[in-house]
Amino acid sequence: MPRIAAFVSQRLIKAVFVVLAIAVFNFFLVHAAPGDPAQVMAGEAGAADAQFVEQLRQQFGLDRPMIEQLGTYMGKVVQGDLGFSYRQQRPVFDLLMDRLPVTLSLTLTAFVLALIGGVALGTLAAMRAGTWSDTAITVVGLTAYATPIFWIGLMLILLFSVNLGWLPAFGTETIGAGYTGWEAFLDRVKHLVLPVTTLALFYMAVYTRLTRASILEVRDMDFVKTARAKGLPEWRIVSVHVLRNAILPVITVAGFQAGHLIGGSILIETVFALPGIGRLAFEAVLQRDYQVLLGIFLLTSVVVVIFNLLTDLIYSLVDPRIEVAP
Amino acid sequence: MTTDIKADMKADTHLLDVRGLTINLPPGADRPFAVEDLTFTLDHGEILCVVGESGSGKSMTAHAVMGLLPKAVKVSAGGIRHQGTDVLSLPERDQRALRGGRISMIFQEPMTALNPLMRVGDQIDEVLRYHTTLSRAARRARVVELLASVGLPDPDHLRRSYPFRLSGGQRQRVMIAMALAVEPDILIADEPTTALDVTTQKQILELIREVQAKRRMGVMFITHDFGVVAEIAHRVAVMQKGKLVEIGPASEVLNRPKHPYTRQLIAAVPHLIEHREDFTRERKPVLTAEGVNKTFHIGGSMFRPGRTVVAGNNLSLTIHEGETVGLVGESGSGKSTLGRSIVGLIKPDSGKILFEGVDLLSLSRPAFRPYRRHVQMVFQDPYASLNPRHTVGDIITQGPVAFGEDRKRALDKAKDLLKLVGLDASAADRFPHEFSGGQRQRISIARALALEPKLLIADEPVSALDVSVQAQVLDLLEDLRHRLNLSMLFITHDLRVAAQICDTIAVMQKGSIVEIGPAREVFGNPQHAYTRQLLDAIPGKGWTLPEDVVPASRRHAPVRNSA
Repeated sequence: MPRIAAFVSQRLIKAVFVVLAIAVFNFFLVHAAPGDPAQVMAGEAGAADAQFVEQLRQQFGLDRPMIEQLGTYMGKVVQGDLGFSYRQQRPVFDLLMDRLPVTLSLTLTAFVLALIGGVALGTLAAMRAGTWSDTAITVVGLTAYATPIFWIGLMLILLFSVNLGWLPAFGTETIGAGYTGWEAFLDRVKHLVLPVTTLALFYMAVYTRLTRASILEVRDMDFVKTARAKGLPEWRIVSVHVLRNAILPVITVAGFQAGHLIGGSILIETVFALPGIGRLAFEAVLQRDYQVLLGIFLLTSVVVVIFNLLTDLIYSLVDPRIEVAP
Repeated sequence: MTTDIKADMKADTHLLDVRGLTINLPPGADRPFAVEDLTFTLDHGEILCVVGESGSGKSMTAHAVMGLLPKAVKVSAGGIRHQGTDVLSLPERDQRALRGGRISMIFQEPMTALNPLMRVGDQIDEVLRYHTTLSRAARRARVVELLASVGLPDPDHLRRSYPFRLSGGQRQRVMIAMALAVEPDILIADEPTTALDVTTQKQILELIREVQAKRRMGVMFITHDFGVVAEIAHRVAVMQKGKLVEIGPASEVLNRPKHPYTRQLIAAVPHLIEHREDFTRERKPVLTAEGVNKTFHIGGSMFRPGRTVVAGNNLSLTIHEGETVGLVGESGSGKSTLGRSIVGLIKPDSGKILFEGVDLLSLSRPAFRPYRRHVQMVFQDPYASLNPRHTVGDIITQGPVAFGEDRKRALDKAKDLLKLVGLDASAADRFPHEFSGGQRQRISIARALALEPKLLIADEPVSALDVSVQAQVLDLLEDLRHRLNLSMLFITHDLRVAAQICDTIAVMQKGSIVEIGPAREVFGNPQHAYTRQLLDAIPGKGWTLPEDVVPASRRHAPVRNSA
């Protein structure tokens, strides 16, 4: 597979430049918004006199010309230093690493579940197109998609936490329970069930619809007729001939969505009080915490670039007609 | 062959015995039955050609035999027996064993009939896996053997190829190899050569005949082309609107057709006729192409060179006033590239295209615009070339309106044009989907004529149509040319069609014009080896259309220069 290796390395080199360009763009974007962290901090401290603000600005380096600030920022980014959050008094990198596991365990699990569930339900609906099970899947899927995600989250909390008392309503672990080992793991899983379900329901609707439509299209193609004429059993026709061809558009959309895993969970993290990246971003916006915001944007863009690359690779593995051309 | 049939007759069980077969169409279809009271038999070592136009029920019959009818369509009466066993009453499991095992099928479109994501060897292997108990290694050996038996080169390498790497002819060979995998008794071939070039068609027909003879298979060969029938059939069944109208030995049906519909179909078969005047070389040229070159670069990227295809190599030809020049050749020979270059859809790399003395290629976009109306194009697929959301009236008037014609006047003219092409003026208010393929092609022609062009580029205008409709559209084009003194570049892969309508023939191969001259000379005394090869590949050359069927008007064309 030297071809694949060459493809990946060339794409990675390109990706570095893309990410750097995004970093520059983000920098200006953040600074374009009115207000800066010095103003917000001074305002919160109740001492919003010009001198104090100016002093804070000097301390943070906000008084320098924009180009110089950009130079300093980019210089650090290249070295892997994402800066220091004066608000939180911690390096941005550490903050991100603290929050990332929560967000990733939430969104990745939801994403994988949604993909598997969506493709399975979509296949079922397509194979039984026009029957009551197709209609039921469609109605449930569309409802999940059309209902505001936070409302679904709240209703699930109401049902499973408040009324039935089966699952915890917020946080990532039972505080003060002092679980260790297996118990601690189970506790964390329990805390994730509701937020993951909520998020997965939303994504799943998309994959269900997409898979269904794609299968209905592929099902009538000539090579499926050929497969039937060969006397193959129905399950083999569906799995080997129909599904594999129908999955291509699903991969495209999944690749897009996977890129948004980091940013897509703000609402869920808020509803379920999870200390993830989404919440961090939300707070950083309110506080004009430039360094944290820039760090999150950079992380997001890296994730998007990586998933784009992965999508292209998976595509070329599934479809021999697509050659990995850097 | 005759002794084989006798042996089978003794047992009184036919290989395939279809009796009183009636297939219902779902409510709302244009007729209640897809197939009505159909009875025929097929025996070992026999090729039965089932002929009919689209919608005649021939494919539906084949699908019923295979147990592949769409869900909405049901067999309501009659039976299908395979060596005495009633196929329709078999449980699904046994039907599956029959399908692909005892009866196999090949389809029309080799480009889409294979799974694009699966290696061709694996696709053949699937049949062996589900119909035999062979080991993996034995299956692999069998796949290689099968690929070799259908004349594919380097079968061990080819087995690992994906379909997109193969040409149309190679794919059809793979389909045949797949169909033969477990030595079936019956092969159903549904228009297996319709999508292929003539020379490839000839090879595939020979292959089918060869494997059929070697294995004493019964072949049900579905086609609309009487040339192919003449080439391959032992017996012929003619279907019309779901009913069998005539069945008999090939020599009988071809040479002494009884049913009026059969006679009509045979009369519509395009055939080589030598009627053309040596066309007016002294008339003034409308369009001259001089040394046109065009190379396409396919694929590739910043880091990797792509493939280059020469679609035009020093192409030169002249079209005179009132002349029809036929551009013939196989797919990929560059015919359409030249046609599109003339209309300005493609920009050639070099060369001149002179329209009444003005080099169109040297003109800027705005300067070229007035010439657009003088050169109009009719496309191959009347289903794809008309905007489904516009009324026919809109479609026809858009051109003239864009050139400043008053909308109301344009519409009046459009109605006249519709009458000219043999449709009703009321068609202007309707949408393309309300018309049949032949009617749509008439609309396409009316659309092209609305701009009062001097030159019409017709790119395979009748290839998508049934023979009888094809004949009507050709007659229309011929008629229009006389009435309007039109010049025409007629692009086709079908030499028989070209022979019917063209004064001058240019034969293209791999981007070059290898032979050009008056139709009579090119067909009567071909100079280039490739022209001879093309002529030789025309199916049914050995068959002369029966005297009493072909009307005089189509045999002896009227004198051309009277206009």
